Amino acid sequence: MLSGWFIAIVATAYLGLLFAVARFGDARADAGKSIISANVYALSLAVYCTSWTFYGSVGRATSGGLSFLTIYLGPTLMLLCVGVIIKMIRISKAQRITSIADFIASRYGKSQLLAGMVTVIAVIGVVPYIALQLKAMAASVDVLLDHSGSSVEVWGLDSTFLMAVVLAFFSILFGTRHLDATERHEGMVAAVAFESVVKIVAFMAVGLFVTYGMYGGLGDLFLRAAESPELGRLLQLDSSRAGTWTALIVLSGLAIIFLPRQFQIIVVENVDESHLKRAVWLFPLYLLLINIFVLPLALGGLLHFGGQGVNPDTFVLTLPLARGAEALALLAFIGGLSAATGMVIVETIALSTMVCNDLVMPILLRSTGKFVEKRNDLSGLLIGIRRAAIALILLLGYIYFRAAGEAYALVGIGLISFAAVAQFAPAMFGGMYWKQGTRAGAVAGLLSGFVVWLYTLLLPSFAKSGWMPSGFVENGLFGIGWLKAQALFGLSGLDEISHCLWWSMLANIGAYVAVSLNSRPDAVEASQAERFVDVFRFDARNTEARLWRGKASPDALVQLLERFLGAARARQQLATYASSRRATDWRSLPADADFVQFAEAELAGAIGSASARVMVASVAQEEDLGLEEVLDILDEATQVRAHSRELEAKQQELEAATAELREANERLRELDRMKDDFISTVTHELRTPLTSIRALSEMLHEDPRLELAARTRFLSIIVNEAERLTRLINQILDMAKLESGRAEWTTGEVDLGEVARESMASVEQLFREKDVALSGDIPESGPVVLADRDRLTQVMINLLSNAVKFVPGGEGKVHVKLGTAAGLVRVEVRDNGPGLTAEESSVIFEKFRQGGNTMTDKPQGTGLGLPISRQIVEYFGGNLWVESAPGAGANFIFTVPLPAPEE
Amino acid sequence: MVKRANPTRQRLAALGLLGVPLLTYPLLSLPGGEVAGIPATYLYLFGIWAGLIALAAWVAERRGS
Amino acid sequence: MSKKILIVDDEPNIVISLEFLMKKEGFEIAVACDGEEALAKEASFRPDLILLDVMMPKKSGFEVCEALRADPAKAGLLIVMLTAKGRDTEVAKGLAIGADAYVTKPFSTKDLVARVKTMLGVA
Repeated sequence: MLSGWFIAIVATAYLGLLFAVARFGDARADAGKSIISANVYALSLAVYCTSWTFYGSVGRATSGGLSFLTIYLGPTLMLLCVGVIIKMIRISKAQRITSIADFIASRYGKSQLLAGMVTVIAVIGVVPYIALQLKAMAASVDVLLDHSGSSVEVWGLDSTFLMAVVLAFFSILFGTRHLDATERHEGMVAAVAFESVVKIVAFMAVGLFVTYGMYGGLGDLFLRAAESPELGRLLQLDSSRAGTWTALIVLSGLAIIFLPRQFQIIVVENVDESHLKRAVWLFPLYLLLINIFVLPLALGGLLHFGGQGVNPDTFVLTLPLARGAEALALLAFIGGLSAATGMVIVETIALSTMVCNDLVMPILLRSTGKFVEKRNDLSGLLIGIRRAAIALILLLGYIYFRAAGEAYALVGIGLISFAAVAQFAPAMFGGMYWKQGTRAGAVAGLLSGFVVWLYTLLLPSFAKSGWMPSGFVENGLFGIGWLKAQALFGLSGLDEISHCLWWSMLANIGAYVAVSLNSRPDAVEASQAERFVDVFRFDARNTEARLWRGKASPDALVQLLERFLGAARARQQLATYASSRRATDWRSLPADADFVQFAEAELAGAIGSASARVMVASVAQEEDLGLEEVLDILDEATQVRAHSRELEAKQQELEAATAELREANERLRELDRMKDDFISTVTHELRTPLTSIRALSEMLHEDPRLELAARTRFLSIIVNEAERLTRLINQILDMAKLESGRAEWTTGEVDLGEVARESMASVEQLFREKDVALSGDIPESGPVVLADRDRLTQVMINLLSNAVKFVPGGEGKVHVKLGTAAGLVRVEVRDNGPGLTAEESSVIFEKFRQGGNTMTDKPQGTGLGLPISRQIVEYFGGNLWVESAPGAGANFIFTVPLPAPEE
Repeated sequence: MVKRANPTRQRLAALGLLGVPLLTYPLLSLPGGEVAGIPATYLYLFGIWAGLIALAAWVAERRGS
Repeated sequence: MSKKILIVDDEPNIVISLEFLMKKEGFEIAVACDGEEALAKEASFRPDLILLDVMMPKKSGFEVCEALRADPAKAGLLIVMLTAKGRDTEVAKGLAIGADAYVTKPFSTKDLVARVKTMLGVA
């Protein structure tokens, strides 16, 4: 049995749990371990689903069929415009925006007037909506109490008032923790996300219970409904209401970002832009799931309670109760409570910021300037104002709820609220994408739209409730027919919401555009327009500083910060700022444009951009730049941006060129180093024989009485070394010629066999002297190649004399073999000498590197023979290499291509 | 040198634009009758809606987007 | 007792000329034709001075010089580096690792003899 006290205890326990979740979220945020993930962010967006969704959708479905779905299709489509939302978030972060009023005011020159207007519209539009939540809570409690026949009264106060007090307490506790309204309320967001889970679970549980527990599933429900003409109508869409359908999609699409609580959650509380990627589909999925069972519940309720006069708005509770499922009813009650409290908490926090910053502060700063100046620390006062605003808004909501009762003005308020906040759309979108939109235009648009809304929607709802005469609705204002409130200029056949939407948008957009085009922005507006519209491109660093000129005392600015932020927070922010400018202490910073900007931004976070501007202006003598100058600076900035893009392109080209140059330089340096090494090596090679020649010559010269034997020996060494020197010089010159490509070549048909035989003949003497056997395996004639005969002979002789040098005398054997294969002539000179290691096999082809330790034969080699030979062979398209292993002799092989056979 | 607009955002916006005609009249008056006892309009609306959500999820959560 | 000189060079003709030159001045001579042999000969012959070529197979003159200087017992040993590479960096390197003198090839026999005598204190 659900007694009143039991319900009270459950509700209290649930709110206690909510407190715990919020505290946990805040504690984690304070510890730097935020629990706001992409999923939490997406779920918190579902604060959109209030008790109007939880209870009201079913009610709407009982009369309008599927038309309730438009309220959720609009947000789905709007959210897909991620670019728009990201731009709003980016602008808000850059400008320290605290609310939608602040956003619009900041864009149009930090206008206090606009901020105030937006706040008033929001409060008028949204307070009744808060009342609706209280009403839903009261109604749900009533249903449960009716069922149990009990009641709850505490000190003579009704439960709804108590609930409002608890909610105010919650909002104050978790919504005004920081003075800086741009600081996120992670505890509050966590609690809202938690509530979103609770409400969808509760709603779907009831939906499943009714659909599959009370009836035989979706098909059964629809079938039964179709039998009744009354209910069958709900299953079909009414195409005569096509206009309404579209209008509601547009309206709800705008509401999802412009309702103060939605702006708060989507923009102000956003931790990370990338969370939108999840929200873009998870939030619509949430909406889809919570709506699947709305129509079945409506049909189920109508079928079950047909003609009993049960309020369809309570079907979610009454259906389970009718079947005695009290626990489920309690869960549904908690779900409804979640939907209502979530909305109330976020909405009051968002509204209180707007009321404090955009209504109270300007009045306070203007009318009691002296009082404000006298007080040292205003941060406490600010928090106090915000808390009072929360309490006041909830109180207003409660009073409205009490006063309205069952009046139409309350029941229909959901869409009326939507239509109110839709008036922000032209100024918002225009402000984000159209630099020419001016403050005068925004004021005119908002005012026109608001007046039309008031006249065609809010006041008629009052009239319907019987609070005022309904003459202006039925007969037109002053009896003028075309001023009929819901058929302006005779436009009839529309429902009141579409009627209001189209007329108010026409007036709003028309006035905004027309006035904007016929007014000139002032300097601040022009620069703010640039900062908003070009937020992705605005070069803050270079432009900001030029947009402010004047004199400011750092002490006055710091004092201002301390007074509004509190001394501790001000110091903390100053320190952060100083380190961002690479200063150790803010006192060493000049009170330049950047400092003023910083101070203003900090203040804007606390008291809104409009009030912040006024406060900064009160302590800094700002020079009036004038519109022309500001526009010049902005133009320049645009040009600079274009130039800097060009510059960037140029710079990239330059960097590429530099890299190439560096590479080329590196190559040159490498070549230079190689040349240097080469010269050093050549020098060494030349000096070595010179050393012997000089030393021996000097000794011969000094001592004429030297023994004949020594004399002869010395002279023969001198002759040998001189020969070596000559050979060396010749080969170096030869090498240089080959390498530089200046060598002369006499190319003709050369019989390689003949060359081999002649070369062997010319070295015969050498071989005989050392007693080394030389044999050949060479064809009688040919093969014939195109080459320089003398050069090939030089290669052959070089290979043969190398071979004879390294084989042992007496048992040495050198064999020459010549053959053709695969279009190449292959010449091999094989010896049975000591052989070469793999390393030596490649090293010997480098200049001045000789194989082995050939102490005795050293003067014979110059270390250039093989490199020269290789150059020659390669010139004719061939190769020269050695195949060898230590102890296995060496086989020097070169190839020369055969001339291509003539066709 | 103009930076290319974010392709993910563009794809999502295109989805949104696609959704508008699909979820409004006159296309909405096309489905009629019922399928397995469930009204075709009901199935159509939730089907298109779910399709948009699925596509959006695919576009948004794709790796490298 | 005559001073002892170890001649180290891989060029036989240079060894011949240096050996002749120094013998004529009355020094006792030993020769080595690579770095490893030089170290072995130094240990057995115990010269007062080494004429040390830089560019040699197996161990370069620099390496030999470093090895000798690493032994404190041989602090009194005089080392004259001979090189055909005349670059300043090589001279600096030779002196840095502890050579007592640095002579570029081709050298004047008179100067070399005078220098060796001065260093050995027999002038």
